[in-house]
Amino acid sequence: MTISDLKQTIPDSVKPKIDWSRIEEADDFANTVKLFRQGKYDEDSFRRYRLQHGAYGTRMTSDYAMVRIKLPAGEIYPDQIEKISQLSEQYSIGSAHFSTRENIQLHWVVLEDVSEIFRGLSEVGLTSREACGNSVRNVMCSPLSGVCPAEEFDSTPYALATARFFLRNPMAQNLPRKFKFNFTCCEKHGMVRMVDVGLIPQIREIDGTLQRGFKIFLGGGLGNRSFVGHQLEDFTSEDDLLYTSIAVMRIFDRMGDRKNLARNRMRYLVNDMGWDKFQNLVFKERAVVRATQSVITQLDVDKTPNVIKRPIRISNENGGETIPDGYARWLKTNTVKQTQEDYRSVFLTLEAGDITASQLYGLSDIIRNFSSEGMARSGFEQNLALRYVHEDDLPLLYSKLIEIGLAKSGALTMTAPIGCSGTTSCNLALTNSHRLAKEIQRKFLELKLDEDGDLSDSSIKISGCPNSCAQHGIATLGFFGGGGRVGKDMYANYQMSIGGRSDGDTMLGQTLLRIPAKRIIPVILKVIEIFKANKKSDDTLKSWIHRVVNGNENSEIKSLADIKKILEPLVIPPTIEEDPDFYLDYGSDASYHTKTGKGECAA
Amino acid sequence: MCCLTNSGKITTDVDTLRSEIRDKSVRVIDVRREGDYKQDHIPTSVNLPLANLLSDDSPERVLKLVNSMGIDDETPVVVYDDTFGALASRVAWTLEYLGHSDVTLLETTYSHWKSLGLENDSAIPEVQTKEHSMKLHPEILATSDYLENAKTRDDVILIDNRERLNFLEQHIPGAMSLPYRTLASNDKILRSKEDMKRLLDNRGITGDSEIITYCGSVGTLSGLAYYALKSAGLSNTKLYVRSFKEWKTLEKPTEKQDDANYWDLSAE
Repeated sequence: MTISDLKQTIPDSVKPKIDWSRIEEADDFANTVKLFRQGKYDEDSFRRYRLQHGAYGTRMTSDYAMVRIKLPAGEIYPDQIEKISQLSEQYSIGSAHFSTRENIQLHWVVLEDVSEIFRGLSEVGLTSREACGNSVRNVMCSPLSGVCPAEEFDSTPYALATARFFLRNPMAQNLPRKFKFNFTCCEKHGMVRMVDVGLIPQIREIDGTLQRGFKIFLGGGLGNRSFVGHQLEDFTSEDDLLYTSIAVMRIFDRMGDRKNLARNRMRYLVNDMGWDKFQNLVFKERAVVRATQSVITQLDVDKTPNVIKRPIRISNENGGETIPDGYARWLKTNTVKQTQEDYRSVFLTLEAGDITASQLYGLSDIIRNFSSEGMARSGFEQNLALRYVHEDDLPLLYSKLIEIGLAKSGALTMTAPIGCSGTTSCNLALTNSHRLAKEIQRKFLELKLDEDGDLSDSSIKISGCPNSCAQHGIATLGFFGGGGRVGKDMYANYQMSIGGRSDGDTMLGQTLLRIPAKRIIPVILKVIEIFKANKKSDDTLKSWIHRVVNGNENSEIKSLADIKKILEPLVIPPTIEEDPDFYLDYGSDASYHTKTGKGECAA
Repeated sequence: MCCLTNSGKITTDVDTLRSEIRDKSVRVIDVRREGDYKQDHIPTSVNLPLANLLSDDSPERVLKLVNSMGIDDETPVVVYDDTFGALASRVAWTLEYLGHSDVTLLETTYSHWKSLGLENDSAIPEVQTKEHSMKLHPEILATSDYLENAKTRDDVILIDNRERLNFLEQHIPGAMSLPYRTLASNDKILRSKEDMKRLLDNRGITGDSEIITYCGSVGTLSGLAYYALKSAGLSNTKLYVRSFKEWKTLEKPTEKQDDANYWDLSAE
């Protein structure tokens, strides 16, 4: 008897094209932690070093760190997922967390073990280098790039090349503040106006030949103050992509605010200077870069297409296939058709981005068995997509996902809210936004709101403080945490905004009113009720709200003030005697009080 | 004579065990449940389910069990389980405490043994009772009283081998968290000596310290840690065998990580 007799044959793992790791960084980190513990390294330098290597601080303690693993362009391969599963059990809490920026985070890691995680990551070609700190953060790309029916070409190779160029590049090690690139496929799936540099691929005919290039947006971003990015020019050719990126970063490096920590993202520089002036400066700087860079300074864009090969496996060995309950609902709310005929992309519904070690382990085999490109892509919404799944394989995939508890519906609808880590691990958080996102999801799936087509293009995003990690500013219904008070009794309270969006009509949500944590679910349901009573037949919640916030709605509801009036009675705090639960935040049985530590964003 | 503390041998590799079985020079103990054992097991092994041992693990009873398994002071013993080595460790430690010097752990689990396609059968061996002596080794045991006193000393390191979330929620004051999953490597119940040394060295756990390990209830996970530490050359290690369950029953002080809702980060 041999091993192969006992195990069902699993297709070989597709191997990553790029090794992002450097094993020597593990030893270096371990030694630096030792020196720090011996007092030979001061707090500030150590913090800067730690962040540069992707280890973030943890709520109310210096004993633990969060390791943020970058997935450039969102790509993740089966062996990498298996390794992260193992690392999460060994050094973290047995779960991992998908972020909104295509990172996977391991929380509550003993600082002294961080180097062991680096070592494990290097076995599978991953790194957390420059995932935090004042560097070029993970370069994102739409999870649908390459398969989106609306895209002009696949920008993934450009995202990977950009990530590769700036990782460990001396020019990106000490910027005034973090710097983010988002590549996308099309206007709809993008997030290009809410980031330092956002890029949409486009093809132009120039002098009779088709040329690849980008629409580039600069100076956007969400945070304590949010700004929408500006389009640099009509068309930036692919040859100019790197020169433009370098030019923008050089201007930011030179002129960005290095003193005022609260205003040092590039969007403040653009705003202070005025767009016209900034734009001009970019053109001038780009001309200088173009004229002075060595000819070999180029993006290394690997345009070899990925091998698409439907995995062969032993399936249906028991004969007839029964389609499990819930399949139609899942198919509708979790999958999208690709440009490529007969293939779909399948999104997994996670709870606020969390996934267990055993789910990750099971998932690695599912990817090997079902994705014809042999890998997965993480998305912008704390989730993960398996692409190139053959239509005929979808029912079996669904039943395999049921086995590992990853078959919940609603991934591409409003019932999958974004929740930052909040008080589960973050020093800055005022509320448990993470748990609130899960509570909303559970309730809304129970109410089957994911099946309601009117709600599917809306979004709910919840941050635990004003700093926008959950991107509440671009949500149809956005919330950020704070504290409310009746006499001396405090409760978790959220500022609600409405009408935000990140597509071609990008705008920031309008502030509506403050909602106590324990009233958020009824308030959202009330908003849906008002919408249903006043909508036109082809309205979605998103399109209806868009009219309201822009003053173009002429039903009974004419403005945000009208919505506010209806919601106000729902948010009146009861006394603590009437309803003690009101004064407890989600996930907590102790009375609520705000407590924060030092943020590390600005370190 | 091969002896655990003298030779430092902690695990027995697969090939060595197979040849020892052929030579009939070893007593193999399978600590899985009786039903699993009866189905199939490593040839010649005897069954001592952990629950059976724990029903009364007084030295007198353990002596009887050891005798009935045909083990005398000179018999080399190899223990295995299918629970990443934790149950086997607890049995091995018990034999060591009784004074048996030649006991090691199979380097891998029974599932992995089988997945390698190695021999197994369902035959139950005939065992001739032997006479083992009793020379207890109190230096490898920590009681709650011992622990309480030891904690006040600077050179004692207390290690909690439960999962991280359980540790954050509640632990013995001053303990450091080293989840049991950290001790293993891919197919082996213990990571390599070099890997283990590096991990411990990063944590500041060095050869000079006295170390006490504990886990949730009966000293299985911490038993594995006991052997992991020994494998890295940290021989001054004790097992708090009654672990956190007893500590809480005795209403001794505990500590927790405050002001964070870490449980809500878990996907379970």
